[in-house]
Amino acid sequence: MSLKNKLHQLKLKYKDKKMAPAFNALHTFLYLPNETTHSGGHVRAADDLKRTMNTVILALVPCLLFGIFNAGYQHYSAINGFPADFSLFEHFINWENFVLGAWTVLPLVIVSYGVGLAVEFLFAVIKGHEVEEGYLVTGMLVPLIVPIDIPLWMLAVAVVFGVVIGKEVFGGTGMNILNPALTIRAFLFFAYPTWMSGDKVWVHEAVERAGTADAISGETILGTLAQSNPVQFSISDMFYGYIPGSVGETSTLLILIGAAILIFTKVASWRIILSGFVGAALMGLLFNGVVDAGWISESSKFYGLMSTPFWQHLIIGSIAFGVVFMATDPVSGSQTNKGKWIYGFLIGFISILIRVFNPAYPEGVFLAILLMNVFAPTIDHYVVQGNIKKRMKRLKLKTA
Amino acid sequence: MAEVTTEEVKVKEPKEPLFSKKNKKLLTDPLADNNPITIQVLGICSALAITAQLKPSIVMAISVVFVLGIGNVVISLMRNVIPSKIRIIVQLVVVAALVIIVDQVLKAFAYELSKQLSVFIGLIITNCIIMGRFEAFALGNGPWKSFLDGVGNAAGYGLLLIIVAFFRELLGSGTLFGFKVLGDPIEKTGLYAFGYENNGFMVLAPMALITVGIIIWVQRSKNKALIEDH
Repeated sequence: MSLKNKLHQLKLKYKDKKMAPAFNALHTFLYLPNETTHSGGHVRAADDLKRTMNTVILALVPCLLFGIFNAGYQHYSAINGFPADFSLFEHFINWENFVLGAWTVLPLVIVSYGVGLAVEFLFAVIKGHEVEEGYLVTGMLVPLIVPIDIPLWMLAVAVVFGVVIGKEVFGGTGMNILNPALTIRAFLFFAYPTWMSGDKVWVHEAVERAGTADAISGETILGTLAQSNPVQFSISDMFYGYIPGSVGETSTLLILIGAAILIFTKVASWRIILSGFVGAALMGLLFNGVVDAGWISESSKFYGLMSTPFWQHLIIGSIAFGVVFMATDPVSGSQTNKGKWIYGFLIGFISILIRVFNPAYPEGVFLAILLMNVFAPTIDHYVVQGNIKKRMKRLKLKTA
Repeated sequence: MAEVTTEEVKVKEPKEPLFSKKNKKLLTDPLADNNPITIQVLGICSALAITAQLKPSIVMAISVVFVLGIGNVVISLMRNVIPSKIRIIVQLVVVAALVIIVDQVLKAFAYELSKQLSVFIGLIITNCIIMGRFEAFALGNGPWKSFLDGVGNAAGYGLLLIIVAFFRELLGSGTLFGFKVLGDPIEKTGLYAFGYENNGFMVLAPMALITVGIIIWVQRSKNKALIEDH
């Protein structure tokens, strides 16, 4: 008997029992269901929720693969020094980097999916509804936005918190106010700040080696700039992503490829992505203007980040990843077209604002997106009200 | 008491024993099924502010029991002579007097704790539970009943405070009443030897709100009668 039939038999056996949603989910995740509906007219369309989720995961795979190689590359380069004449296949895509990267990154993915799906199944069984697909994307995003050496039990605790408090208490997928992946990251950030920020956590083993003769630095570019120190990475390094950072967010190039996939398949809103970048660039320009006008002295602690050229703000830190993959979450983001412009713009704008002025942690993308998640319904409300008012006015003009 | 009212209260009261079923209910109801924090959602602000540790929470609970118990009796005794237009001012004077007594006692006998609680003892004056019970109960009931109601509500509030503080101190600082029950985080003993770390988020105010929320969730899923219909 094939797996499909076995699952089907199990499904029939457990029908109307408590465990039914679990088997249902497995069955429909792997195969088309055996039964068809018998009544009513139906729209045949391929873009169901599972397809949407899988598209996002597909767009994230390049970032994950890059993250695996980059984990190894950053680790070995921090020990042996960065190669003088960098060649992609010799120094980056090699077996050593892959083994180390897989050894550190894959456990994050496994824990994220394992714990998250366990919570989802548990809630589906208790509540007696179908298992929802919402966690498929969240589970992929989470390992990409945490530092490489985060202890696995912390990740597990955060995932439980994020899924339960961030999503299930509101009624599950589609009802959440906040982006669950960012809720998980925010929880980690506030609960275990020593593992989520500073100059040690971004490169594998940098924490263990601190204070010994083998000490290595794991400082991100933003961290370096926040202390007004010179940056040792070139612009192309920043764009291609050969820099320290959270696991999967370093490569702007691959993020843009992911963005292209999402926009082409119409899974993500190009309005949010574009306006996010515009907002960030504008805030960067504003800060550059302040520096050019001489309103801020070089001794100021904000000078390093304020004088960074505005376009560089877009390729360092996780602004690109956040705007492309997190802000475009259709559930927690704005729904109206005009609202999307405002929502995306403010995310970019506030991200750079927090980035420059936050003394404790020079990255504000996740905080900015969470903040705008909260405001998204308000933005939508006023856009809709404005539209109603405009139409009422037109109606009055016509009838008058 | 004899000249209070000519209504049924006068006839009924002498018959009722001190701890009749009805009176007991006044005392025990607010502990669970009519808890001021989880059901009436009053007094949330102080529940967020001082529950990072157990010790201040317990002191706060005792203070509120004192203020609300005595305050309810005082208001109840005066209920027929307070002009209704200025009753809020009268209530405020009563609470303020009681709170100042508590504050001075704490300053005299537990100075460290009173420094730790800082303004929050003074802010008992604005605690919604107190004004709420004055308005809703003490103004319409006799002193003994009001006393029971006041103590009951304050105890329900205190109970919640202590539960929240227990989890927040245990998970946030790894201590209970200042004792390191989970081991020493610096010398890496106990749980910390296995890589456990304190959850810094528990010490921050948002987690108090979420803890209260989880308690409400658990309580309502245990007692379906508490779930409101829409």
